Amino acid sequence: MTQPKTLYEKLWESHLVAESDDAPSILYIDLHLIHEVTSPQAFSALREKGLKARRPERTIATMDHSTPTISLDYESADEMAVIQLNQITQNCADFGITLYDAGSDGRGIVHVIGPEQGYTQPGMTIVCGDSHTSTHGAFGSLAFGIGTSEVEHVLATQSLLQAKSETYEVKFEGELPFGVTAKDMILALIAKIGIGGGTGHVFEYTGEAVKALNMDGRMTLCNMAIEGGARAGMIAPDDVTFAYLKGRTHAPKGAGWDAAVAKWQKLPSDEGAVYDKAVTIDVSTLEPMVTYGTNPEMGITINQRIPSLGNKSEAANSSLEKALNYMDLSADSPLKGHPVDVVFIGSCTNSRMSDLRAAASILKGRKVAEGMRLLVVPGSESIRKEAEGEGIDKIVRDAGGEWRFAGCSMCLAMNGDELEPGQYAVSTSNRNFEGRQGKGGRTILASPYTAAASAITGKVTDPRELI
Amino acid sequence: MKSFTKITSKIIPLPHTDVDTDQIIPARYLKVINKDGLAEGLFDSWRRLPDGSPNPDFPLNQDEYQGAEVLLAGDNFGCGSSREHAPWALTGWGIRAIISTSFADIFRNNALKNGLLPIVVSEETQASLFDLSEEAPAATIDIDLENQRMTLPDGSGVSFEIDPFSKTCLLEGIDQLGYLLKHDEQIAAFEGRVK
Ligand code: SF4
Repeated sequence: MTQPKTLYEKLWESHLVAESDDAPSILYIDLHLIHEVTSPQAFSALREKGLKARRPERTIATMDHSTPTISLDYESADEMAVIQLNQITQNCADFGITLYDAGSDGRGIVHVIGPEQGYTQPGMTIVCGDSHTSTHGAFGSLAFGIGTSEVEHVLATQSLLQAKSETYEVKFEGELPFGVTAKDMILALIAKIGIGGGTGHVFEYTGEAVKALNMDGRMTLCNMAIEGGARAGMIAPDDVTFAYLKGRTHAPKGAGWDAAVAKWQKLPSDEGAVYDKAVTIDVSTLEPMVTYGTNPEMGITINQRIPSLGNKSEAANSSLEKALNYMDLSADSPLKGHPVDVVFIGSCTNSRMSDLRAAASILKGRKVAEGMRLLVVPGSESIRKEAEGEGIDKIVRDAGGEWRFAGCSMCLAMNGDELEPGQYAVSTSNRNFEGRQGKGGRTILASPYTAAASAITGKVTDPRELI
Repeated sequence: MKSFTKITSKIIPLPHTDVDTDQIIPARYLKVINKDGLAEGLFDSWRRLPDGSPNPDFPLNQDEYQGAEVLLAGDNFGCGSSREHAPWALTGWGIRAIISTSFADIFRNNALKNGLLPIVVSEETQASLFDLSEEAPAATIDIDLENQRMTLPDGSGVSFEIDPFSKTCLLEGIDQLGYLLKHDEQIAAFEGRVK
């Protein structure tokens, strides 16, 4: 009998172009996604070397990071952003690459549109010059972020030099309680293992709580694998995956569909497959999570107190002290009830229909707190239109929030959507690093429920009180 | 890529853990379409006070460290975003090697492609280097890539690991794309197989 294999091992082996003793392996890349920020220097390098894109049909481009969300007219962006947006347009035209640009219905955050358009499929290797490429692993693909030099490598050769990662099984057992979501699961995991906990590893999320999630929730889980230090997060494809993909524009059709599903069904890790590392989390006692510090591992449940100083190593204490100093929060005090200035609902972590519906269920018929700024930014233009079809835009506006066009927006604050120095935001995005949402801004990461509830009360709020 | 053989440099201490790429180079500097000028944004929020003037307490602003090429950092350096702008900003400022107990995966990959050497050391070595940089900021360290060895200011030697492929690329200053392009036939054969 052959050795039982993990999903990761199956994907690794089926994409090996060449192996060597004195160099990393060469891995074939099925799908390459690009955006305007991390690709321009790769195209310049190709031009300098006189190289073409090897398989231009395997690269898909979008504009998301520096695009305005107030208008679809990119001339309203600042001068440097306009140059960057014009550059990707030119690069895609010159190299024969499909681009979802300003006028396109399919445009949106790169990790939202890949799955939505059916490009992202089980069994694929997928890369993008963006660390949250891990999102696509929700479909049972091996998907990871790369740097710009590697964007150039993939454009030129459709391949990458890669060292094999170790595997890490992350098992979520039990049933999620009321008001607790995939976002809370991933924040709980990172709080447990730390932001470097998965370094050198690829997560495979398993267990009944993962199986019970819809694709939106699974994408949230995989999205933040990188925040746990792992390059990729993966979930074995199942009927939920297939039902999501069926009929999507670029998914296989007809007989091709049946053949594809038959192939995909062989992908899940074999019975008895061995992982290099493992952790189990029981979700049945989980509560909504919030972060208090300046990296995603600094998280607590909504009812816990911020940790006290002095219980840890000197280095851990000094980093906690530095974080609390930046956040202007006190050790050993509750975070629940702390005033909030801005609520941001969006980003490739939580900007899909399920997220917007969750937020709307709380916002409906209510008003945001006095002085509160609520920004709701759908992950793609298609999601925006679908949400508008359900009246979610109206719910947001009636509550006193801003309803925007699709993009990364205040997740990384490159496009003018940003916090003012000192402001507190409850954000559904993935990073609470110093200044991530604007210089001097302070980020509290949370689920769409928690974010929407906090917008209504103007304070960090347990959403279960408002759902 | 600039080749890396040996350097002798003072050690710039950055005693923070989990230095993320948003700190190394904030997003507002990412609108460039080339690699120039990124050094300007290196550690922007730590290097400058809220009014934009230089923060005198930040080592990169101190006369002592001008021209230094080695950065000594806390654990898990380079976590976060995949932006290669981070190594571009670091090398643009003049940094050629970073010493820490661990590096985030993507950052390490990006660094190695830009002539920037990530050196992993034990916690003890890291701690003694931090002590030393405090006691004798002018002391220098030698880094010899060929022999994978550092000589600390007290004369003691510490060896470090690097994969042979990255080592050759660094020593010779070669771009890894050349290696991939040489495998054109195998790539084509793979494409034929899986079509
Ligand atoms: S939404 Fe945020 S994390 Fe996602 S791709 Fe955009 S900037 Fe990156």
